[in-house]
Formats: sequence, C-alpha cells, structure tokens
Amino acid sequence: MSTAETRSGLRLWLWVPLALFAFFAGLAGYMLTQEKPEFVKSTMVGKPLPEFTLEPAFDGLPGASSSDFEGGKPRLLNIWASWCLPCIAEAPQLEALKEQGVEIIGIAIRDRPEDVARFLERHGNPYTRIGADAISAVQLELGSSGVPETFVIGADGTIRYQHIGDIRPEHIALLKAELEKAQ
Amino acid sequence: MSRALALVVSGALALAALAAWPLASAIAQDTLPPAPYAYTQLEDPALEAKANALMHTLRCLKCQSQSIADSDAPMAGDMRHQVRSRILAGDSPDEVRAWLIERYGDYVSYSPEVSQTTWPLFVVPVLLVLAALFVLLRRLGRGRSDKIVSESSLP
Amino acid sequence: MIAEIGLAALWLAAALAVLQMISGAAALRAGDGSTHPLAIYARPAAIVQAVLAVLAFLMLLRAFAITDLSIKLVATNSHSMKPMIYKLTGTWGNHEGSMLLWVGVLALAGGLLAGLEKRLPERTMGATLAVQGFIALGFYAFLLFSSNPFERLPVPAAAGIGLNPLLQDIGLAIHPPTLYAGYVGLSVAFSLAMGALLTREVNPNFARAMRPWVLGAWVLLTLGITAGSYWAYYELGWGGWWFWDPVENASLMPWLAATALMHSVSVLAARDALRTWTIMLGVLAFSMSMLGTFLVRSGVLTSVHAFAVDPERGAFILALLLIYIGGAFTIFALRASAVSEGKRFAAVSREGALVFNNVMLSAILAIVLLGTLYPLLAEAFDARVSVGPPYFNPASAIFAIPMFLVMAVGPLLRWKEDKPARVQFEMLLIAALLIATLAIVALAGDYPLLPVLGLGLAAALGVAAFLPLRGRKLSRVPTAVWGMVLAHFGVAVSLLGMASEGAFTEERLAAVAPGDTVEMGDWLITLDSVAPVAGPNWTAIEARVAARLGEGEAVTLTPQARNFWSPAQATSESALLTRWNGQLYAVIGAQTPDGRWQLRVWWKPFVTFIWYGGLLIALGGVLAIVGRVQVDVKRRKAAELGEERRADLAALTPEPAE
Repeated sequence: MSTAETRSGLRLWLWVPLALFAFFAGLAGYMLTQEKPEFVKSTMVGKPLPEFTLEPAFDGLPGASSSDFEGGKPRLLNIWASWCLPCIAEAPQLEALKEQGVEIIGIAIRDRPEDVARFLERHGNPYTRIGADAISAVQLELGSSGVPETFVIGADGTIRYQHIGDIRPEHIALLKAELEKAQ
Repeated sequence: MSRALALVVSGALALAALAAWPLASAIAQDTLPPAPYAYTQLEDPALEAKANALMHTLRCLKCQSQSIADSDAPMAGDMRHQVRSRILAGDSPDEVRAWLIERYGDYVSYSPEVSQTTWPLFVVPVLLVLAALFVLLRRLGRGRSDKIVSESSLP
Repeated sequence: MIAEIGLAALWLAAALAVLQMISGAAALRAGDGSTHPLAIYARPAAIVQAVLAVLAFLMLLRAFAITDLSIKLVATNSHSMKPMIYKLTGTWGNHEGSMLLWVGVLALAGGLLAGLEKRLPERTMGATLAVQGFIALGFYAFLLFSSNPFERLPVPAAAGIGLNPLLQDIGLAIHPPTLYAGYVGLSVAFSLAMGALLTREVNPNFARAMRPWVLGAWVLLTLGITAGSYWAYYELGWGGWWFWDPVENASLMPWLAATALMHSVSVLAARDALRTWTIMLGVLAFSMSMLGTFLVRSGVLTSVHAFAVDPERGAFILALLLIYIGGAFTIFALRASAVSEGKRFAAVSREGALVFNNVMLSAILAIVLLGTLYPLLAEAFDARVSVGPPYFNPASAIFAIPMFLVMAVGPLLRWKEDKPARVQFEMLLIAALLIATLAIVALAGDYPLLPVLGLGLAAALGVAAFLPLRGRKLSRVPTAVWGMVLAHFGVAVSLLGMASEGAFTEERLAAVAPGDTVEMGDWLITLDSVAPVAGPNWTAIEARVAARLGEGEAVTLTPQARNFWSPAQATSESALLTRWNGQLYAVIGAQTPDGRWQLRVWWKPFVTFIWYGGLLIALGGVLAIVGRVQVDVKRRKAAELGEERRADLAALTPEPAE
C-alpha cells in the first residue's frame, strides 16, 4: 500500500472522534432540556392484577384482596401510609372522588393499626377496604415504588393506569377519564 | 474560660439531642420493623451466596444509585426479603430477576439483558474487538517488512 | 474583604488569560526567526495568572477557616462548630469551591509550564500557552458568571447549614485535591499536544517536554482514584470499593487515556514512533476530564456521588466542551494527516507491544464511556436501563485480559524488531504460572470466573514485572526502569486484591444481643456492649465488638451508627481490623423490636492490596519522573563537561604555524 493511500485512508478515520463527540454533544444537549424522571413507573400497566390477600389494616374496615376488584365497575387502588406526608395532601381529593361514586380500595404500607386509625380520623376515610402490607410485598407485586400511588383497575381486573404521587385537584378529572376508559 | 463553657454547652446539647433521637427518626418514616429476611441470611450458605450475588445486581429504587445489598432503605430491605424468600422457595436467581423486571422494567437490574432497548451495549464490544483487530493488523502488519525504513520528520 | 479580594483576583486572572491567549497566538503567527512584539507577554501572563488564581482559592479557604457566614457558600456548606480540618477541606466539598479548586489547578499548571519549560521552540510554546489561556478563560467565565464562590448574602446567616457528614472525613483532604491536580494537570498535555499539532512539531523533542507533565498528572490521578476508592470503602458502610458509578467512571476515563498517553509519549521520546497516537491521546485525556466535569455537575446522570445537579450550569459546561473538545478534534482531523509517520517497527517489538497496549486501553475507555452514557441514550428514547458491574466487569475484561498478557512480555522485547523465540523461556514461565494458579484456585473451590482469572493474571504479572531485571546488574539499572518494574508490580498487587476480595469475601449478618457470639469462617465475633457516645457535632450508638481468630487474642472493634444534627443525617461508621492477609469490616445497624442489634461483619482477604497496589503504581511513576530528572541532569552535566574539555583543548592547542 502506498503512503499516499494509507494517508488518505487515515484522513477519514481522523474524523471519527469528532463525529462521536458531536453525537454525544447532541444527546447531552437534548437531555439537558428534558426533565429528569424522578419516579420509576410500573410496567404492570396493561397486565392483570396479581393475586393477593391482605389482612385488614385496622379494625374499622375489611382487608383487601385482588378478588375485590373483579366484576362490576372499575375501581381505584390507592397505595398510601399514615407516615406519608403527601398522603395528607391528597386526602381531600380522595374524598371528592368517593363522593362522585368512585370505589377506592386502599393498601397501607408498613403501618400500625393505631396509626392508620388516627390518620383516617384526622383526614377522612374514603376507602371501602384497606389491606395491611407490612413488608411491601403487594407494593412490589404491583411495580409501585413509593407512596402515594394510585392505580386504576378495570372491571375485568386489569391494571389500566398508574398515577404516581399525590392526587392534586387537577388530577381528579384525569382519573375520572381513566375510569371511564376502563369500563 | 469561654472555650470550656462552649464545650459544656455542646455536651449538653449533645445529650439532649441523643434523648430526642428516637423521636427524630420517627418523622416521615415508617415505624414497622424490617422484613424478616431483610437483615437475616439464609441458613444454607450456597443459597445465601446465590441470593447475595443477585442482590448486588438489583437496584434500590428509592436511592440515587445503589444496589439493594448496599442500602438501608426500608424498601431495599423489603426487596431483599423477596429475593431471599424466593431463592429459599427454589426460584433461580434469573427467575427472581425476571420477576422484578416484569414489574419495574430494565431499570431495576444493573445487569442489562439483550433486548430491543439494550442491543447496542452488546454489539459495540464486538465491533470494538473487530476494530482493534483491524487497527492492529494494519499498524503492525505493515511494519513486518525485512527492510525497516526510517522516515525523517517534516522540517 | 476576603471575598472581594478573591473575586478581584479571579477577574484579573481572567484578564491575564486573555493576554496570554493573544500573546501566545501572536507568537504562533510570527514566522521563523522573527518575534512578534506581543509574544513576550505569554509566559509572564501565565505565571501571574497562576499566582492570582491560587490567591483567589486561598481567600476562599480563609473564608471557610474563619466561617465567614456573610458568604453564601460558607453559610450553606459549613458550620462554626465543625472541627478545623473539616472547615478547611469543606472548601472544596461543594460545587463552587471544587470548581475554584479546578480552575486554580488549571492556572497553576499553566504557570508552572510557562515558568519551567524552556526547551520547546518559541512558536510551539506560544501556541501551547495560547491554548492553555483559552481553556482557562472559558472556565473563569463559568466561575464568574455561573458559579461565583464569593457571592455574598444580603444578611449574614446566623449559623451555617453544615457540611454533609459523609464528607467530614480525612478522605476529603486527600481525594479531591490529588484527583483534580491529576486530571486538570492533564490540561498541560492537551495544550502541548495542540501546540505541537498547530506548529507541526510532533517529534521526540516535544515528547520529552510533554513527558514529565503527563507522568506528574498521571501519578496524582492514580493517587486520587486510589484514595477515593478506599474512602468510599470505609466511609459508606458496606465495603464496596468500586461500583462503576458515573462519577467514579468520570475519574477512570481520564486515567485510562493518561495511562495510554504516558506509554505513547515515552515511545515518541525514545523512538520517534506513535506520533499520531500520542497527539490523539493527549487531546483525549483532558477531553475526558472535561467530559467528566460535565457529567458530574449537570445532573444528566444519576449518581450516588453527584454533588451538583443543575441543568443550566450543565448547559454552560456543554458549551465549553463544544468549543474545546469540538475545536481540538476538528484541528486534529485537519492537521494530523500532515504529521509524518515516524519510525517503523515490527509487530513483535516493544513498540508493537505498546501499540497493542494503547489499543486495548482505548477499547476499555470506549466500553466505560458507552456503559456510562448508555442510560442517557436510553432515556432519550423513553426507556430506562441501569448499567452496572455485571456489564462493566466482563465487557472490560475482554480487553483487559489480553492487555495484561501482553504487558507481561512487552517490557522484555527489544525496540524496533524482536523475535518471539528470544523470550520463549519467559513466556513459558508466565504461562505456567498462570495455568498453575488457575488450576489451584479452580480445584480449591467453586469461585466466579473473573476473580479466578484475575488471580491467575496477578500471579503471572507479579513475577513478570521483575523479569526485565533478569541478567542485569541491579545497581546499574536506571531509576526509570525501577519505576516501570514497580508500577507493573503494583498493577499485579492491585489485581490480586480485587480478585481475592471478589472470590473469597465472607459475610455474616446476624441479630445479636450483648454477650452473643457469631461464627464467620475461622473468626468468632462477640458483641460485648452497646452504648451511646457523643462527638463535636454528632451523637452515636457505639458497639464494642470482640473479634477472635481461632485461638488468638480478642481485638475490640467499635463500629458506630452516628446521627449528625446539622445537617440532619445518619451515617454508619465502620470499624476495621487490618491484618496482613485481609481486613475484618464491622458495621452496627438498627435495633430489632426484641432488643437485639443488627451486626454485619465481613472478612475480606487481601482487600488492602487493592490500595497498596495503587500506591505502588504511583510510586513507580514517581521513580520514573526521578529517573528522567537524573538522566536530564547527567546529560546536562556531561554536555557542560564536554564544553569545558573542548575549551581546555582549544586553549592548549598551539597556534597553527604561519
């Protein structure tokens, strides 16, 4: 191979570092404009609700199980805890949803019965059932990674939608729409 | 004199803080104890070794970037409980990993698996091997002549 | 007053950087022989700039020392009740302060270069200083406009928020300064490479000028990474010494490039070969440093080490990267083909082995870069993936294993051309050691593949490192060769530590009541007592744990679970028992409902070798520098002596007869 040929062959390769850097810079620039996703989404949306049975979280209401979601209408599954501060913020919204006829079944994560009772007394009780998940077993089954989170469960028992974080007033309409879709 | 006073005051503050410690840690944190297998090893060393190896490759979802083996977060403890319980029940580490990935996606595993979203991670090393061979053959192959000619630098 | 002096010093330094840049560019433009009138300012500007930047840093240091709460940075990162050492080291325990350290080192490196380097042609020096000034300017701008460390609070704070407890440790005194001195020191290599490229002076002379800077930066970087690894190991409470975390990788990537560069520049200096490689690596090393700075401070990657998450600042740094890395790679692409080929060599030769080394190191660098950036790429497509040790370890091993094998025989080969048959005995010895070790370990038990391979390679490399000394009179071996031997041996030692820890670590986790004993391998661990203790800015639960090996004496370990109150944070202080063959690592956790304590104990065989190896590698580098200086001094003395002798001879020679 002559020197001239090798040199021109080399010439092309010399641009590779710049090309790779340009690709990186474009990617980095684009990602700087994007919001960093703070939460881990569940990948169970669209799949059937895993089977589970939970003991009652406190004396006042029965426990929760997956069979409670079958048949009739779509329901909300609310994952919460008495030690969770944003759950206090979403309590009024849950009340509002209950008043609009939505059935809300709760799962209390790592909670004592007395703490659950005290929370419901102070902030209202929108639930028809509350299950006690002392070791986050059901939370992990659902692909939930924090509190509070709310799932829309269809009438056929499929997970239709996941809402991460507390429910704000503007989310009520959104959740109602998802419940409609899940009919 | 004032330094001694400062020491006494800081000591008093320290003891007061110590007394308040159990209260302080209860704010915005759950009060239930960790899951049974969060801080207990499995009896069988072979199973524990399998579970331990797996736990070092699973991501703690509430932490910035740590494996569940390295985190004291309650959720990490609950995940460790699930891992150990399932390994004890006879699941293979791959099955437990698959169970978690089914629920949280690839993000939860530090060991990427070949898929539509991760194929470059596996293709690029192969390309690099080929590129390395190419560079080496060109650079070293060329020089394998009997007459090694030296070239002078440009003025 | 302190803050104003510091800020003024920074502005002046920035102005001098502009002067340096213009003056250096003027020197570049001048034809051979003539000097542009402006060209004389480059060196003095660089030196004064260094003084000013260091002054600014010292001003910030003073502000932290006296806890000047009228400065925002001090108020948000310090506390008057901290011990003095943490007040001082806390200066760089935050974004703005560490950035000022970054810029200070950059300016200092440039000043030292201007003051000490006299061998290069003036044009090349001018170009180099111009590039250095240009880089400094960008980072001064970043500091002054986006991360001002001297910002004042309108009303001085009553008390500081305090330094993150994890940083209140001696590690903060060692790790950042050495790390920054290392990878910002690589800026000199970058500027020299650009200077040489712009003035077409890529030759052994230039390599000899660049070599000490590369060696110095590389030694410091090695120390910085070693210190960081050990610090994380004992501080974070679970005995991990490397997690392939993005911030860790950000320090490893410049190191990989710098290691390749260091070998490459030696070849260029000694044999006038690998010209293009050396320039490319010189540019790449500091580019990786700057890239690391971007990754760590922009918040685009999730990391347990991240100490600044600010997309706006990230955008500023990205703009700087576009100018500097983009500019450098463009000039490289345009000019490098004009760099002539350099002397040729055979495949089996020392140069050939070093080319192989370069290619392997570059491939590992590419793997680390890919794995680190991949989550970012995936996020752009709305997918979230995690890439961790299960990927990095095998992927980098693909290239590391051949590299180690060649590293074992490389130093034995002759320059330019050699025959494999000449090193037959050595190759067989190394192969025998490798296979024997692998066999022994495989028979001893069921251990994971990579650690077993590591053990075999460590044994082979450990012996191979000393083979270049075979048949030589040890007192006459040059210091630089001792440096190479020691550094390669250090790699083997470190590899042994890593492999041993990976294969043989034992862990015991138990809920114990005071008085209970647990067994772990040959160790008997007893929890004697648990009691509260208090420190200057923390309170803790301290456990007294007695550890006994077989029949030996009991040694007491005191792990603590600490609570700091400003800022409020809980940390776990591990207790270590170091023996020659490993470390016992104990951690005390929370109390169970039935009153027992979570005790977690590891026995990590030979884990300390990881960091001893790192220190040996750095020491090897120091010996290499010393060796070069010795050779330099000797050469100069010989030249002087030669001059003297010629003068004498001329004086003695009788006048030629008419």
